[in-house]
Amino acid sequence: MILPRLVYRSLRQHALSTLVTAGSIALAAGLLMAVWTVKAQSQRAFTESTSGFDAVLGARSSKLQLVLNAIFHLEASPGNVAWADYEFIARHPAVKTAVPIAVGDNYEGWRIVGTVPEMFTQVELAPGAKPAFAEGRLFTDGAREAVIGGFAAQKLGWKVGQTFRPYHGLNYDPAKQHEEEFVVTGILAPTNTPADRVIWIPLKGVQTMSGHDPRAATDVSAVLLQFRAPTAGLMLDVMYNKQGDRLTLAYPVSTIMADLFNKISWFDRVLALVAYLVALVAAGSVLAGIYASMSARRRDIAILRALGARRRTIFGAVVAEAATIGALGAIAGFVVYLGLWYGVAEVIRAEAGVVLAWGDERSVWWICPLAMTALSALGGIVPALKAYRIPVAESLAPVS
Amino acid sequence: MLAIRGLKKSFVSPEGAQTPVVDVADFRLEAGAQLALRGESGSGKTTFLHLIAGILAADTGAIEIDGSAMTSLGEAGRDKLRAAKIGYIFQTFNLLQGLTVLENVMTGMAFGPGVDREHARAMLERVGLGARLRHFPRQLSTGQQQRVAVARALANRPKLVLADEPTGNLDRKNSIEALALIRETCRENGAALLLVSHDEQVLAQFENVRDFADINAAPR
Repeated sequence: MILPRLVYRSLRQHALSTLVTAGSIALAAGLLMAVWTVKAQSQRAFTESTSGFDAVLGARSSKLQLVLNAIFHLEASPGNVAWADYEFIARHPAVKTAVPIAVGDNYEGWRIVGTVPEMFTQVELAPGAKPAFAEGRLFTDGAREAVIGGFAAQKLGWKVGQTFRPYHGLNYDPAKQHEEEFVVTGILAPTNTPADRVIWIPLKGVQTMSGHDPRAATDVSAVLLQFRAPTAGLMLDVMYNKQGDRLTLAYPVSTIMADLFNKISWFDRVLALVAYLVALVAAGSVLAGIYASMSARRRDIAILRALGARRRTIFGAVVAEAATIGALGAIAGFVVYLGLWYGVAEVIRAEAGVVLAWGDERSVWWICPLAMTALSALGGIVPALKAYRIPVAESLAPVS
Repeated sequence: MLAIRGLKKSFVSPEGAQTPVVDVADFRLEAGAQLALRGESGSGKTTFLHLIAGILAADTGAIEIDGSAMTSLGEAGRDKLRAAKIGYIFQTFNLLQGLTVLENVMTGMAFGPGVDREHARAMLERVGLGARLRHFPRQLSTGQQQRVAVARALANRPKLVLADEPTGNLDRKNSIEALALIRETCRENGAALLLVSHDEQVLAQFENVRDFADINAAPR
């Protein structure tokens, strides 16, 4: 087993070069794993984050804007839905649940959404679980009370009993604070959905807030819908989107988000391309690092040959050294990957309330390190060929 | 043990002409024998040893070592034969600087019959380096480095030891000690020794000395 010992000693002899090269492999491996997993996990998380609703009914606009506004609390509302339209869809026999929401206010950038108690009693925001309270209770409909999502409560440092005065608009402007004061009556347990980032108040609270247009005091921003059967969505789609011209039904929510990811898939491809290029550059650095050291190793290789080492043994030792650098880099790449993944996951959670599932896409945990090791071994072939061709007699100076 | 017939080797000069370097019609060395070849620098001694060791391929001729025909083998076969039956001691020691003393000796064994750690240790103890097993070559004196080279050359229990100006880099005292050690250890291991040198004081230590010019017909 002299080969591993030769490889180990060679790596130690060229420790700085080994570290630098393994570091570049680690960056490449970490980037590749992060791009791969974050892409797949975020697509899955966003398409599954329907907050328990099948569709969104809103003012005439793009379906994507409706979903982003009403489900993810990201976009501005495209307009209002008259109360009569809400009552009509709520009474429709195909509709199981209709939850109106009203937006237009914030507290230091945290979105305030007006809704009805049914949002918390009849809907599963996360699959399999109705919203639970970590602390306190649900607001009383019509009162100046609020329920706050777990993530927002944590970031704002709020407890039950906290009072606050909302600011007008979706963006924080200290000059636009409302007169009304609300008191927090409950803090939701984390649902890992966009609801965690929202300050929920009674629908009337938003509708009748001072400074809001009194003519729209009964309007809502959107209606979140659960259907009794999937065919209802198709029927209502025809009614609102094809035959009507005042309102838009965004259905099904998950498909609309999937469409969004399809539209920005070019960005994934660019990221993947960058990651592949980084991987190629890293493999190139293995090649360059070992190749550059070949002149210095010429004598050692000639000595090994003089001792009886065959050309293929020397070739194998150099390739094994390159593969070892790749493997070391790939292992270190997990540190880079963890750092990138947690960073990106935190940003997505903070900005969209969507939580990436760490355990998804586990295949990348072994495919990527193996690929980087193989790529490094490939990069080692060129210097290995150079080592293979080193003339023994000429390299064993001096000659007498 | 070593039989050479009609051995020829030439190189192409920078001007493109074929330049004969080795032309040995007949040469023999019996098992366990010790022979010194006298020759000046550039006389082709190293090329001759490289041909015997199979490091270089001959243009024509036959080399037989302990019943194995070196010249009929391909490069891989020559490598194998060299690792199994030949120990080579170089003027500049040619130790692997990244390996410890013990690893240098074990590396010499690795391509032959296999690594025998205890035997490698015993060889190093025999040459007086039992306390320096984990030292690296740069931590040793030149005399000690040559002792490592001797231990490495003999670790595989070779039938033939080739020594190319083995004391060329040593001072007088170390030179005499190293030479005595090479001869003793070859004798102890039953290995034939073929040494080339231009140093008369080294050659004076041998009972059998031949001029390389007498056996090499290639023009100088």
